[in-house]
Amino acid sequence: MSRDGGPGVQGQTYRISQRVQQIPASGIRKFFDLLASMDGVISLGVGEPDFVTPWSIRDAAIEAITHGDTHYTSNFGTPELRRAISHHLEKLYGVQYDPLSEILVTVGVSEAMDLAMRALLDPGDEVLVPEPTYVSYNPCAVLAGATPVGVPTYMEHDFRLQAADVERAITPATQLLVLGYPNNPTGAVLSRADMTAIGEVARRHDLMVVSDEIYDRLGYDGEHTCFASLPGMQPRTILLGGFSKAYAMTGWRIGYAAGPAPVIEAMMKVHQYVTMCAPTMSQAAAVEALANGEHEVQDMVEQYNYRRRFIVSSFNQMGLTCFEPRGAFYSFPSIRSTGLTSEAFAQGLLREEKVAVVPGSAFGASGEGFVRACYATSLDQIKEAMDRIARFTAHHRGPE
Amino acid sequence: MNDVLKLLEQDARLTPADIAKATGRTVADVDAIIKQATDDKILLGYHAHINWDKADVEECWALIGVKATPQRDVGFDTMAERISRFPETRAVYLVTGDFDLAVMVVGRTMQEVADFVSRRLYSVDGVRGTNSFFIMRRYKEQGEFLGIDQSAQRLPFAP
Repeated sequence: MSRDGGPGVQGQTYRISQRVQQIPASGIRKFFDLLASMDGVISLGVGEPDFVTPWSIRDAAIEAITHGDTHYTSNFGTPELRRAISHHLEKLYGVQYDPLSEILVTVGVSEAMDLAMRALLDPGDEVLVPEPTYVSYNPCAVLAGATPVGVPTYMEHDFRLQAADVERAITPATQLLVLGYPNNPTGAVLSRADMTAIGEVARRHDLMVVSDEIYDRLGYDGEHTCFASLPGMQPRTILLGGFSKAYAMTGWRIGYAAGPAPVIEAMMKVHQYVTMCAPTMSQAAAVEALANGEHEVQDMVEQYNYRRRFIVSSFNQMGLTCFEPRGAFYSFPSIRSTGLTSEAFAQGLLREEKVAVVPGSAFGASGEGFVRACYATSLDQIKEAMDRIARFTAHHRGPE
Repeated sequence: MNDVLKLLEQDARLTPADIAKATGRTVADVDAIIKQATDDKILLGYHAHINWDKADVEECWALIGVKATPQRDVGFDTMAERISRFPETRAVYLVTGDFDLAVMVVGRTMQEVADFVSRRLYSVDGVRGTNSFFIMRRYKEQGEFLGIDQSAQRLPFAP
């Protein structure tokens, strides 16, 4: 097997590009291998809803296939979907985007993030990435030839990014700030005041902002603030959104970017050569989601909220301090009281009690001392998992 | 109160302590809500949902449409109440359409259900006619799928 330039098949060696070699392998890969040999595991390691896509949305895709909607669409996405997204954003956040020139439908927010970085960055540029961070931001920056620079966030601040920390990390090479709130892995949200202060820093240093708002609908404490809706921010913001989390549509691979026309045009240029267009039937499904999915979103949020309260309260009761996550579907308890590293905690928990969580260190250095436990799983399973974790922690009371 | 009831409806095995955790209420508060809802006959009972077909227990279910003559002052109420008292009936509704009452009946065999309809139901004062729909296969009951595969899997780890 050849990896990263090692000896290869039948003596052939493969030169893997420096850029790709620079990207670290996924931190959760080895857990997959460990898990494959085990039965009866409860996984809180997932990053997607347990709900199946609401039936009316699935039905709309079936209908599209039946009608023969199996061709390419416009590179930008179907006009119908772009209009629906434009309408949706205006209705929810009061932001206006021209469906013809300021919205690009993508293969999930994952692709949109890659496109945004490639469209905006050159070698030598620096990108500010709040940490702990979703795993794709840094690799996307590296693939675009740029240098990611972590900006740590802290449990003492409920993992809310502080404007002062952003400003401290800025150098003459800084081009872009990535925001991802509600946050994966911490579940943190930013208040309007936090965002305003960060926006002020972005304005002062003339930074572009890519705001990944894939979890916008999963908030448990008041309305989500769209970064682009802050006064003066829309011209410097690329807003990324999608359907995976709110409508339980992860497998459909459908998301979008909304931003200034010249940037969207540049992103489309990459998109048309790399993926051509987002899947046609997924686009039809997304139209249905925006038109008729609201009721289902509310129902799912209600269920997540029960589980969120349950899991946070359980962690705190067993002595794993957990700040209250106000968005997404992740809890991020501190495991420092056990004296274990987050990696050792996650490995031990999986081996001894068959519960899968993701070590915080997989999300950057400032995630050390924490684990990510996703509560997009039935209350029944969460209950059982919490009993097992409590037993595990009781056995691993470290020196504190 | 509705948050507590909704959680119980989803899983009647949840303890007051579980419900307190999930709703952010105190255990005493949850206890009080459950007691009040029980006293008010809002919370009627706790049941397991069983697919008896799979347990190889033979049962025969039929939905009976009943045409009836309403009675002065009480309409269909007295009649519906009488029908409801038969243990063979599992659900009784006043409905719009071609029938006046819809009655879900269960027996061990088709013969038993047929006997109930012809001998008991028909003899209730005011009943003019019936139409029986025997249940041949169940697909969904109380929001749960029966015999429809729902086993889609998620990856155990995802970023």
